[in-house]
This record gives sequence, structure tokens and C-alpha cells, in this order.
Amino acid sequence: MSNEPLVQIRDLNFTYDRRPVLTGINMTIPRGKVVAIMGQSGCGKTTTLRLIGGQLRPTQGEVRFDGRVVHEQDVDELYAMRRRMGMLFQFGALFTDISAFDNVAFQMREHTDLPEEMIRDLVLCKLNAVGLRGAQDLMPAELSGGMARRVALARAIALDPLLMMYDEPFTGLDPITMGVIGQLIRKLNDALGGSSIIVTHDVQESLQIVDYVYFMADGKVVAEGTPDEIRASDKAYVHQFVWGEMDGPVPFQYPSAPYREQIYGAAHA
Amino acid sequence: MLDRATSALRGLGNRVTSRIWRLGFASRFFLAILLYSGTSFRRFFLTIREIYFTGVLSLIIILVSGLFVGMVLGLQGYDTLQRYGSSEALGILVALSLVRELGPVVSALLFASRAGSAITAEIGLMKATEQLSAMEMMAVNPIARVVAPRFWAGVISMPLLAALFSAMGIFGGYLVGVVLIGVDEGSFWSQMQASVDFREDIVNGVIKSVVFGILVSWIAVFEGYDSEPTAEGVSGATTRTVVTSSLVILAADFILTAFMFRGA
Ligand SMILES: Nc1ncnc2c1ncn2[C@@H]1O[C@H](COP(=O)(O)OP(=O)(O)OP(=O)(O)O)[C@@H](O)[C@H]1O
Ligand SMILES: [Mg+2]
Repeated sequence: MSNEPLVQIRDLNFTYDRRPVLTGINMTIPRGKVVAIMGQSGCGKTTTLRLIGGQLRPTQGEVRFDGRVVHEQDVDELYAMRRRMGMLFQFGALFTDISAFDNVAFQMREHTDLPEEMIRDLVLCKLNAVGLRGAQDLMPAELSGGMARRVALARAIALDPLLMMYDEPFTGLDPITMGVIGQLIRKLNDALGGSSIIVTHDVQESLQIVDYVYFMADGKVVAEGTPDEIRASDKAYVHQFVWGEMDGPVPFQYPSAPYREQIYGAAHA
Repeated sequence: MLDRATSALRGLGNRVTSRIWRLGFASRFFLAILLYSGTSFRRFFLTIREIYFTGVLSLIIILVSGLFVGMVLGLQGYDTLQRYGSSEALGILVALSLVRELGPVVSALLFASRAGSAITAEIGLMKATEQLSAMEMMAVNPIARVVAPRFWAGVISMPLLAALFSAMGIFGGYLVGVVLIGVDEGSFWSQMQASVDFREDIVNGVIKSVVFGILVSWIAVFEGYDSEPTAEGVSGATTRTVVTSSLVILAADFILTAFMFRGA
């Protein structure tokens, strides 16, 4: 079983209130690898992560985690499955009524019988990894945006999950911290032998640490490859994204009526 | 003309069915709370913490309101009773009105606006900031960990708060009736003791406040959990908690009273 990929997404479709968000996604996340999902804002990256975590039900297709179809599990099995996943939410989602320390300790207290001294050591170790050991007593409201996301990261890796999903781990971080967090993600992955999925816009930073990249646009996978293949790609779409060009096949606008028409009204157009 | 009539009818039908759907969701949610209540009792400190936030923080408003309501009862009751020359029955009047009606009802109304709204806002904001989703992804059931302890804290606090309200009210009636106006102290207490029945009056009052506690807590946690995850969504849900709870308390009070006190 173990040479089978950790996550296998087949022909995944998802619709929000009749509006198709994902259409026919296929992805493979092999064991031990770090995979990036890139794509424009609103193309369905967060939705894909939620489908992997079983928070949404696919309208068609399936996600397999460790060989089992996620949406066919009953509640208890799904929770058992999630114990082996960690997710860094796009906006952190720290528990605002408890301190940074208690946030990181949350899962250890819920899921293990570890004595409080050991939890303390583990939490400090995780906070140290994200450079915030000194902030353990601060409440989430007292943290800056970037600090809050790093605490959230420490919380997500608290129980050393098999699969880590990072939803934009680099936003709001300065270049130095970004480099450190990138290395941390890579090191954690290699130490645990699990897999990681990074959703990110930070092409240059992530190409240095990942093994494989999926490009999404409009709810579809439009390109994929290793970082070297991506850098060398002459696909107009990938080129535009990697080199951050304004003009190219990627439209900047959410689908809409032509600007002129909307501003001046149809009569003047 | 016919068009407008049909679309109006359709709109009405839509609103009715969506209400009924929501009632259905609320009922399933109630069952889910009961199903996942284990944690609230196994790790009772979770519930204690919420009792502190809902119950203890409502104490001041309950005690002060109880005192004033009792004092007003003393004034009004004395004014009416002395016309029939039975002002020493003031103790009965104050005690019965409080224990049977005002204690459970007014404290439930206060509880809904003080604690119910806070519960809704808290759960709604946790949802809006994805804290509940994050909890689910950490394999912790938010109904067991967040909703059920708040629900049970409300159910446990409500009768205690109602009892305190009644006690304060009786004290207020005593202050006005006996200390201020000068009704005979002995008959005030002895008449009260003689005619307040434990089963008929006190137990029925407690039953009422338990029922109100269940209703208010259920509405508060459901509105929070079901709120739109936006600022307007949460504020709307908070308002709905207070309005719905108040109406439901008064309606339930009528039904319970009709069953409990049929002029025996
Ligand atoms: N709760 C929701 N209800 C309806 N539509 C939604 C909801 N959440 C997301 N969407 C829609 O689904 C699409 C994909 O959203 P998603 O959050 O997956 O984008 P994303 O790729 O993560 O974007 P970003 O990079 O900006 O985070 C968007 O077009 C969005 O409008
Ligand atoms: Mg996103």
C-alpha cells in the first residue's frame, strides 16, 4: 500500500450554489513530497484543500487519502482521518479566547494524555521553530498579522501530521521570515516522511522548496511539472505567472461585462 | 394582476417553507447537541467555565432587577390589598407572583438579552473567523467542544438565576411592605409560609425556568452556529436571538401556566 500516493484526486468537481468552482481536477500527492498549488486568486485553491479535508463534499469525482475515499467516511472515520492531517488556514483562524501557547497546546490536550510538563516542552519547541517562543503568553489579538499566521502554523504542525496543508503560508511575512518558514516546511516534511501541499502565490520562494507544482486556473489544472520544468516552460500561462507579467492569457478581472459597457451603460457602448 | 397575485403568493410560500426548513435544522441541531453532550459532563470544567461567563456575569442584572420588581410588587400589592383590608396577605401576593411567574419569566428575558446574545455573538464570530472550521480540521467536534458546554451552562444557570431573582424580589417586597409601609412582619412571613406550596408553586416555577433555560440556550447556540459568517450576519443573528427568545419564553409561559395552574 505504501507506494501508493498519500493523496489522489480524481476527476474532482465542485459547485457552490450551482456555480461550478472546480471542474475535473486530477492531482497526485506522493508520499514524502512537497507539492505546490498555484493559481490566481479565486481559482479554487482553498476549495480544493477543503475537499481534501472533507469539509466539503464533491459533486462528482473523489479524493482518496491514504487509499480511502474521503467523502465516503462516516463522522468518526473522518475525524480519525483528520487527526493525520494538519491545515494552516488562509487567515490563521486562531482561537481568540486563549493565548498563543494554549492555541498550540489545543490539539495535544484534546487528543493525547500527555502530562502538562511534556505539553509545555512540545509547545515551546513548536513555537521556537516559528521564532515565537517569546510570544507564548500573548493573546491572538496582541499578535501582528504575520505573527498570528506563524502561531497558526505552529498549531497546525503540533501533532506532526502525515499530511500538511498550508494555505498561503508566506503572505504577510518579510523576506527573512519567509525564507525560514519555507525551509521549516521542507525540513518538517522530510523529517516526518509525510507529504505537504502548499497553496501559494509566492512563485520564486516556493519553487525553491517544492518537488512538484500544479497550476490552476478557473477551477482546472492547466499546467504541472517539477520546478525546473516550470521555470523552463514556454506555456504562455505559466510564463506569465512565474515572471509576474501583466499581459498574457491570465485575465486580471473576475468574469464580467466589458468595462466600457458597464461604466457608460449599454446604450452608449 | 394575476401575475402579481401569484408572485406574492409564491413569495409568501417561500418564506413559510424556509422558516419550516430552519425549524427542521434547529431540531436536528438540538439532537446533535444531545448526542455530543458527553464531553460537557466528562470534562465538566468546560461547562463550569461557561457557567461563569453566562451565569455569574448575569448575576448583577438579575439581582438588581429582582430587587426592584419585588419592591414594585410590594407597593402595588399593598395599594390593592389594603382596600379590602387584607394587607397582611402581602407576603403571599409577593411570593406567589414571583415564584410562579415573574421569577422564571423575567429572569429568562433578562438572561436572553444578557447571556443569550453574548453566546450567539461569540459562536457566530468563531464561525466567521473560521475558528470552527479549524477545530473540525483538528478532529475536534465543535458541537461537542463549543456548543454543548454553552448550552448546558445555560440550562444549569437558568433555574439558579430564577431562584435568586425570586429571593431578591421577596426581599424587596419585604423592604417596602414591612420596613417602609409597616405591614405586620409576623403575618407577612407566616402567611407566605402557610400558602406557598412546595409542589404546586415552587416545583412548577423551577420546571418553568428549566424549560426557559433549554429554549433560550437552544435558540442562542443555534442562531450563532447558523449565522451568516459576516459582520452583518452575526449582528442579525444576535438580534434574532433576543427577539425570538423573548417571544418563545412568553408563549411557552402561557402554555405551561395553562397546564400547571387551572384554578385548583
Ligand atoms: N462559501 C462560499 N459560497 C459561495 N462561493 C464561494 C464560497 N467560498 C468560495 N466561493 C467561490 O469559490 C471560488 C473559489 O474560491 P477559493 O476560496 O477556493 O479561491 P482561492 O483559489 O483560494 O483564492 P485566493 O487565492 O484568493 O484565496 C471563488 O470564485 C469564490 O467566489
Ligand atoms: Mg484561498
